[in-house]
Amino acid sequence: MKKENVIEAHQLTKTFGDFTAVNAISFEVKKGEIFGFLGANGAGKTTAMKMLIGISKPSSGSAKVAGFDVYTQTESIKKNIGYMSQKFALYDDLTVNENITFFGGIYGLPRKKIKEKREQLVSELGLENISNKLVGSLPLGWKQKLSFSVSLLHEPKIVFLDEPTGGVDPITRRQFWEMIYKAADQGTTIFVTTHYMDEAEYCDRVSIMVEGKIEALDTPKKLKEQFNVDSMNDVFLKLARNIE
Amino acid sequence: MSISLSHISKSYKKVKAVQDISFNVNPGELFGLIGSDGAGKTTIFRILTTLLIPDEGTATVAGFDVVKDYKAIRKSVGYMPGRFSLYQDLTVEENLTFFATIFGTTIEENYDLIEDIYVQIEPFKNRRAGKLSGGMKQKLALCCALIHKPKVLFLDEPTTGVDPVSRKEFWEMLKRLQKKEITILVSTPYMDEAALCDRIALIQDGKILEIDTPEAIVNKFPKTIYNVGANNMYKLIQTLQGYEHLYSVFPFGEFVHYTDKRDSFENADLKSYLEKAGLTDIHIEPTLANIEDAFMELAR
Repeated sequence: MKKENVIEAHQLTKTFGDFTAVNAISFEVKKGEIFGFLGANGAGKTTAMKMLIGISKPSSGSAKVAGFDVYTQTESIKKNIGYMSQKFALYDDLTVNENITFFGGIYGLPRKKIKEKREQLVSELGLENISNKLVGSLPLGWKQKLSFSVSLLHEPKIVFLDEPTGGVDPITRRQFWEMIYKAADQGTTIFVTTHYMDEAEYCDRVSIMVEGKIEALDTPKKLKEQFNVDSMNDVFLKLARNIE
Repeated sequence: MSISLSHISKSYKKVKAVQDISFNVNPGELFGLIGSDGAGKTTIFRILTTLLIPDEGTATVAGFDVVKDYKAIRKSVGYMPGRFSLYQDLTVEENLTFFATIFGTTIEENYDLIEDIYVQIEPFKNRRAGKLSGGMKQKLALCCALIHKPKVLFLDEPTTGVDPVSRKEFWEMLKRLQKKEITILVSTPYMDEAALCDRIALIQDGKILEIDTPEAIVNKFPKTIYNVGANNMYKLIQTLQGYEHLYSVFPFGEFVHYTDKRDSFENADLKSYLEKAGLTDIHIEPTLANIEDAFMELAR
């Protein structure tokens, strides 16, 4: 079965003055794929992702996200993607229920649908007893799981996760990855940026950016074979050494 | 003992941040506190660096009591907090001079200690600290924490948010400092860094789960772990969770780590169970436990 591409980037480039932050990157991501987008600090990951989610206009090249053009259809892109990062997630001074209602509203869901989604989400995460508590009072791991669920509220085709699981304990981190597998299994594409290589091992395919270019792109297994090492951490070290 | 904690507890209002914690760090040891956000690591650092008074228990650092002898401790330790705490609007060189002066010394006096770290940031010595990259900020902070030649060095999550290349270089620096007879207490949420310490304390919810060498902690793991893989990861986890002999299943990269309740594990039995559920490309082989496996087992 050949799956459709939900992200297609071709020679995508972004320059700031005479500095080329993203240098002609080309890649595709398939429906339901978990795609890891790696790179050292300053390699160009964030700039590339900003172009894909429609908040930064490319300097040259082309890209389609969820079937929409990154130059001309950025509003349609935003409606069809979810986004979660550790830096911006939920509002600490709203309750669990209020956050869900708020983001449902932002995504333009009808009231009835929000109510339905809210009940479903609270019960799936086992938050029944604390749904009226402020999000600020929840442990970090719960916040992250809730934040991921909220990014899926409007049933987006793609979810962008920007360093999602830093700092959580190993069990919670695995529960989080089980949620990611579930979403991917249901056809949602997952685009993850991280510079923690153990997370890279969970991805179907991984790209590694070095100084604005994609220097490697394959399954973690094949990358490890190609570089003749045991872990993605070693793949990364071989590619990205001494660049600062 | 370079660092000694005896029955230390600290609460913030209703939250018990650390509860009855005791451990010792030997002179010249590289000791790791391994735990997630909220485990209590920073509270322990603040108590040991005399920035916070414990509710109960006693602790000494370099032979001095953390409450009574706080002034002596402040002169003999270096502390690199989790948040970048240098002056963003001073240059690299000004920051270093400032911290040297505060401790009544000069950059020249202890230059040998910081030399191999400082040379890496020296090309940027006239740049303001706020304009440095993450890796360079971290190196400058380490230089500032070392400039008065401390006996004990406290590093609170020095590698959080830092890319793998800089992380590796940072740990190589710590290994070199250790040879200069500095005792190091370092915390990290990243389990792979635990293996680089002489001894570690695994900590969760303010309590210590285990203290030992990383090898010993891994060797104590009570079960055989199997790497199990199949064509569909989500379905594999779901299916294994329904298996009657399951003890635990956790995703681990391209495989899951599976442990079985039985003493004698039947590879063929599990394989046919997974096949019946419609999974293909099934792969089952024993593998070694790592620190994360040990942590999850202890935290159960």
